[in-house]
Amino acid sequence: MKVVGTTVRRRRVIPFTLAVFRALENGLFVCLMKKSACPMNSLDITDSVKPPGAGALADPPLLEVESLSMAYGRGPDSLSVLGNVHLRLSRGECIALIGPSGCGKSTFFNLLAGLVRPNEGEIRLRGRPVADLRGTVAYMQQKDLLLPWRRMLDNAVLGLEIQGVPRPTARKRARELLEVFGLKGFENRYPHELSGGMRQRVALLRTILCGKDIWLLDEPFGALDAITRREMQTWLLRAWERFRASVLLVTHDVEEALILADRVYVMTARPSRIRASLALPLARPRQVTQPDMVRLKAGLLDLLETNPESRS
Amino acid sequence: MRNRALTVVLPLSVLLAIGLVWEAAVRAFEIPSYILPGPGKILAVMWLRLDLLVFHALITLLEIALGFLAALVLGVGLAVAIYASRTVERSLLPLVIASQTIPVFAIAPLLILWFGYGIGSKVVMTTVIVFFPIVIATVQGLRAADPDTVALLRILEASPQQIFFKVRVPQALPFIFSGLKIGVAVSVIGAVIGEWVGAQRGLGYLMIHANAQLQVELVFASIGFLSLMGVGLYGLVSGLERVLIPWRR
Repeated sequence: MKVVGTTVRRRRVIPFTLAVFRALENGLFVCLMKKSACPMNSLDITDSVKPPGAGALADPPLLEVESLSMAYGRGPDSLSVLGNVHLRLSRGECIALIGPSGCGKSTFFNLLAGLVRPNEGEIRLRGRPVADLRGTVAYMQQKDLLLPWRRMLDNAVLGLEIQGVPRPTARKRARELLEVFGLKGFENRYPHELSGGMRQRVALLRTILCGKDIWLLDEPFGALDAITRREMQTWLLRAWERFRASVLLVTHDVEEALILADRVYVMTARPSRIRASLALPLARPRQVTQPDMVRLKAGLLDLLETNPESRS
Repeated sequence: MRNRALTVVLPLSVLLAIGLVWEAAVRAFEIPSYILPGPGKILAVMWLRLDLLVFHALITLLEIALGFLAALVLGVGLAVAIYASRTVERSLLPLVIASQTIPVFAIAPLLILWFGYGIGSKVVMTTVIVFFPIVIATVQGLRAADPDTVALLRILEASPQQIFFKVRVPQALPFIFSGLKIGVAVSVIGAVIGEWVGAQRGLGYLMIHANAQLQVELVFASIGFLSLMGVGLYGLVSGLERVLIPWRR
């Protein structure tokens, strides 16, 4: 990181540092590196998100989520799942959401995908308010959700088929990617004839073939064993770089977040808010054994383990 | 492969053993053949009266086939309506279930009265009896689709029709087939009851006729043909299931 010595130099460097900060969104990376110098409450994303208008000259980010809240039921029995979630996703960025289980991450995705309605809040797509992201997102879950009666290739083209692409064209497009996904030669297998990793790759291929700008990945590799999961992360990175998609990734796995994401959002338990954001300006492919990574992992685990209520 | 061979060989050997004990008992206790004929005599009658038996069997088979097809069309149709409309479900499903409390025997004479001594009344009888398991199984099948899969299709912006045909219908197929298997087993009962109550042809008619003349071998021969028919139809449905649902191991 740039260390700034004198005030004179600092003034000159300000535009540059600002740019860097913008790229890192809020420079929490620095905070974590020098934790003692940085009051903990500044980790709260609400403090670090720039006021509206600050980025008005630049293109609006691909996706902005503002004060999104959601509760199931009404009155005293209602269960508040999401409380005031803010999030910002730039084009081509990969953001990981990490938090304790049952913290409403899936609800958040269902809100974005338009499966449930929020009680409050706003979703903006390229600066424009939208009700949900249906039509803009591709969604992938821990369950591969392959249709058991469709052969592998026909499962992969499901999204295209629904969009009205004729089957031969859709199949041709899918075939072009089979090799990249290590699925060549398995076109005519039924899902039950494929291994867990392969099924998940088919699900990923189906997600990618939809040709959407944003990929919502909800613990996509959560059900896989550790070795297969590492492989899948490599597949995902390759696909993400090739298609330059913007990714929102929900995960329980700290290492997965560190390996894949440009930025990690840490969520609190229900009603979940985004508590901190951590930029990861490291080159890929990353190794969890890199010194930087080890340090980031320690910081992230620390954030996950400390209870925000006890501090405030 | 060996297992599959065993599933055929084992029941056949049990059947053979029963036949041998039966034959031995009939000979040892000198049971007259108008009370209980031995399997040997029954087989002999089957062979000697083959054309008679086949003629009547074909009539019964036709009744079953037509009744079954009608039940399939009406049953699946009603199931789709019940699935699609809450009003239809609430107004018709209780009646369909209640109708099952009426014994088919009770309405058989009425059906003969309305549809005549010919094949029509037996077709209706079979339809009535097969209809119920098909409706129930199909409704269950259409509702069986995994909610996450349905959500996925909704996110992919699938129309309700697309969700219905791409997910719900294939998902319902195994259910429909288990309904069909129950249906095919009871379909024989429907046709035979119809023939007992009033008919001029069919295996049920032949049984009643032979029974009255104390030709018990012929009664048993008819029963043998009926059960063969039942097994054959069941096999046909199972085979069709295997062809239409290849994704099930």
